Formats: sequence, C-alpha cells, structure tokens
Amino acid sequence: MAVLERSYKRFQGALSPEWSRFLIIPRHAYRDVFRSKLFTAFFALSFIWPLVCTILIYLHHNVEALAIMTINVRDLLPIDAWFFQVYLITQGTIGFFLAVLVGPQQVSRDLTNNALPLYLCRPFSRSEYVVGKMSVIIILLSTMTWAPGLILFLLQSYLEGWSWFSENIGIASAIFIGSLVWILLLALMSQAISAWVKWRMAARAALLGLFFIPTIFAAVVNELFQTHWGHIFDLQALIGNVWSGLFGTFVREVVEHREVRNNQMVAVAFRTEPPLWASWFVLFLICAFCLWLLSRKVKAYEVVK
Amino acid sequence: MTYSAAAATDPQPSVDTSGVITLDNLSVSFGGRPILKDLRGELRGRAIGLLGPNGAGKTTLIHTLLGFHPPTSGTARIFGRDIRSEANQIKSLIGYMPERDSFIAKMSCVHLVRFMAELSGLPPGAALERAHEALFFVGLGEARYRNLDTYSLGMKQLAKLAQAIVHGPKLIFLDEPTNGLDPPARLRMIKMIREIRDSGQANIVLSSHLLRDVEECCEEILILKDGRLVTYCNLEEERKANKKFLMLETRGELKGFVEAVGGIGCECAMTSDHRLKIILQEGTQIRDLYRLAADSEIQIRRLTYKRDSLEDIFLKAMENGNGGS
Repeated sequence: MAVLERSYKRFQGALSPEWSRFLIIPRHAYRDVFRSKLFTAFFALSFIWPLVCTILIYLHHNVEALAIMTINVRDLLPIDAWFFQVYLITQGTIGFFLAVLVGPQQVSRDLTNNALPLYLCRPFSRSEYVVGKMSVIIILLSTMTWAPGLILFLLQSYLEGWSWFSENIGIASAIFIGSLVWILLLALMSQAISAWVKWRMAARAALLGLFFIPTIFAAVVNELFQTHWGHIFDLQALIGNVWSGLFGTFVREVVEHREVRNNQMVAVAFRTEPPLWASWFVLFLICAFCLWLLSRKVKAYEVVK
Repeated sequence: MTYSAAAATDPQPSVDTSGVITLDNLSVSFGGRPILKDLRGELRGRAIGLLGPNGAGKTTLIHTLLGFHPPTSGTARIFGRDIRSEANQIKSLIGYMPERDSFIAKMSCVHLVRFMAELSGLPPGAALERAHEALFFVGLGEARYRNLDTYSLGMKQLAKLAQAIVHGPKLIFLDEPTNGLDPPARLRMIKMIREIRDSGQANIVLSSHLLRDVEECCEEILILKDGRLVTYCNLEEERKANKKFLMLETRGELKGFVEAVGGIGCECAMTSDHRLKIILQEGTQIRDLYRLAADSEIQIRRLTYKRDSLEDIFLKAMENGNGGS
C-alpha cells in the first residue's frame, strides 16, 4: 500500500484488559535494563548463592558424595531456619544493589523528559503508573529472592520427607513474606528518591546513603546509651529484626558483655533490641512516607502556586 | 487506526458533532487564584480552535478536560461523559499532543509510539503495526528507528502527533502543534491536521496563539480571555454575520453619490475612481444605497460584503471581552 494514500482511521479491534496494563511498563523497562552487559552479568551472578545452597542441600542427602569428598555431614551448615535466613540475607543484600542500579532512573527519566502527560492522558492512572514502575523492581528481585528460596525449600522437603515439610512450613512463609517486605521497601524507596532526585547518580548515592548513614547514626546512639534501640533508625537492622521474627530466631535481649572469673559468670551485660512490632511499624511508616512523596511528584503537570 | 486508501472515502464518517464537549459552569483555581471562570457552552465542531492571549487559560482548559487538574466547581462532559466521574472512559477516547517536549529518554521513536499505543489499550501486535503506520502517516517513516534524542524540533512535533493519533482516538487535543516549525514543516502539519479532520473519524481541538493556524484548520472557534469564554462561534457564520462593511464597484460620477451617502450618516471612502468602501449605520438598508445611486445617476455594478478575518473576530472579542459566554 502506498504510504501517501494512508489516512486516519480509528482502531476497531479488541483492547487489552485494563487490570494488566501496568505490566506494560516493566516489559518495556527490561529491554533497557538488560541492554547493559554489566547489569546482566551482575544479575546472573545473583543466582550463584541459590546454586551453592542447592548443592549444600543435595550434599546433606547424598552420603556417597560426602564419602567421596571425605566430608562429614556434621561439618556442613545444618538445613534449618537459620540456613534459609542466611540465604535471604545474602540474596536481599544482592537485591539491594540491583535495586540501586535499576530503581533510581525509573521515574526521574520521565520527569526530566516531561513524559508523565503522555502516560496520564491515556486510560492509565497515577497509581497504575507507580505500581508499574515499582513492578520493574518487584519482578526483578522476586526472581532472585523468594522464587529460588521456595524452590530450595521444596527441594529440601522432597529430599527430607513430608514430615520436614509440615514441621517447617513457617520457613516457606518467612522466605516469601520476608522477601516481599524487603522488595516492597526497596521499590518504594527507590521510586520516591527517583521522583525527587532527577540526576541518576545522585539518586543512587541517596539510596545508598539512606541505607548506610543511619547505620552509623544507630551505632553512635547504641554506644552512647548502651542499648540497641538505635536500631530503630537503622534500615538494615530493622529488616534484620523483621526477618529474624519471621524465621523465629529473634532475640530481644542480646548479651553484650560477659565477665567470667574462676570459671564462674560474675557479670553479664544485656542490650535490648526494639520490639518486633516497633520494627514493623517503622518500616510501615517509611513505606507510607515514600508513597506520600510519590503522590506529590507523580503528576502530569506541577502547579506552581 | 488502519491507514488505508478506503478510509479516506469512508461513506459514513463517524465523527461526532453533537456536543463534543459540554462546559457546565466549569471553574478551575490554583492556590485560590481563579484560572478558568464559570465556562459554559457546548462545543460541536469537527475542528474547534481554542484561542486567547497568553495566560488566558487555553492550556488549563485542555488539561482540565484531560483530567490533569480537578475542576474547582462545575464540570464538563466529553461525548456526554463527565470528566469528574468517567475520566478513564474519556481518556480511552482521546489523544493529546502536548505543547512542551514530552518523551521517554533512550527510546526509538517507533518504540515510544508503540509503548503509548499499548498504554492506550492496544494489544502488543496491533500497537506495533499501528506505530509504524502512524509514523509513516506523519512522515517519520524513514526516521522511525532513530533515537528521539537525535530528532530535530520539527521531527519531535511530528512524533508527538504520531503518539497522539496512534490509538485512533475520537477526539484529539493539539496544543500549539506548529510551535517551532519552519514554514514548510508548518504547512505539512496543517495539511495533516486537515486530513484528519476531513477523514471524518475524529474531532479536533486545536489550541494555538497563531490565528492563521486556527483559520486554516478549524470550523469553530472558542476565544478565552482572563479565564472567561468571550466568544464561541462558527467561523464561517461569524464572517458572514458582519454585513455592515460593503465594497461597491460603480460606473458614473461618484462625487454626488459619496456626498449623498455621507448625508445619511454612513462612512464612505473611495479606493479608486470606481470603487467605494461603505460602513452602514444602524437602520440603513442596502435599498437606500440603490435609491441614492439612482438619484445620483450612477450604476452599481457589484456589491460585496467584506468578510471579517479571524483577526477581526479575535480583536473584536478582545475588545468586548468582559462578557460571559
């Protein structure tokens, strides 16, 4: 058909379901994200630890392999709640760095290029936009946190038997909920920073700073007041407490100092962690604040009053 | 949108001219400052020109109709749907070409247009197909794989038009579509807008401060001043409505006739030996002129009304601009 003969005509075909349209954003975003070889390599490396965990679980149940390698099963890390918590801590940390690489450019690019009117003049709401942008990180981090984590859990259940599965089902929910809380926090924080800091490198630095500077502040507070309540300002400690609570390894009173004389304990110093509900509450407040920041910035046009 | 030769000769154009936009006491304020004040009216044309001086509220009106700003009071309806309660249904019917540059960085033009089509609800396959077609339609077919960052200003305007029409909307808002275009590019843009209008498939609302653009594309005009609607009229009818300004071509001695015309209170000016311009006064009829011509023994060979240009209509609206709709 000759190009010059073409004219305007309305679209008559069937439309895609409205509920699924937010997924268009991650689909197009991944094209850009995986164009970077450095990121692709880093993402591939994030699957090394799940692979190591798979091998460990396999070795626990393979006497012949242990005999060949002359390893005693007692020398291996036991497969219990702590094993899966370590898995989640490792994957969560890698996930954080992935979020630092991917998150800060999501909203800032659109704001810098005035792209929001193009999104919002269509049957696509502000909340769908935010959910779409967040799902870029949510989907990406899900593939390397709770999804392989649950596969590991199922592998262990398969090798250990039904009784292990039924006794430790709490671990599966801890892997899923713990990952989801972390991913949600990272997605919201990176999007909120992205909306307010338009320069990508500055946004990355801000996200890193938000996770590491409060840790230093918390350490100072803890030392000054001989407590662990300073962890209330420390995002890493907060999520650590939440994970410990979910895996059932949370201890509020932490032994800080022991004094032993003549094989007898003469003094024990404790430091008290903030209660679990406080950690959940602070994380909730951070998420709510991020949503508020996003609602202030994600608009088709800013009205200068 | 299927771009086909057949579409141009569609025997049943589906353009909606019965109440495209209804303004129902629409007011918008920012920080307590009123920007749009009590707008009322029903806009019906295939192509409606939105005119007004800078700061009159043209862009705010478009943004309010698009749902970007909530109305302070009153409401508006697009194709009978309320902008307050049925915003999503309305948005699926409209396309918007923003005034400012609006793009997504590091995207090729075809990728952007396809992405926008998908956000409008088109399935991925159809979106890609129509993105290519839309870009060929606007004349960016050869440059469609280039990154948008490398586009010239004129090309960016075309890309904005492509994303506005890719999903085949029923109503298209064009905000200053010829901004920054050189004369040939401007002509191409005007031609495309007229093509869309004449296809009978979509209504157009064109906001511009360039009267010529509106004059060439629009049938109806809405003029805003200080947030108020001062004129909404059919351009052709408004031009014809002013029948006070006459051009006469005569034969014979004009001196006596000119004096006689001045005698009945009409202003009169000779442009050449045989041509006259006359402004009729209230109560003066054309037949009075013929009577005076007969008395002065001259022939009136031709009598025409000078039609108002859009500039005349606009300036008149600005002078009388304190009225309502």
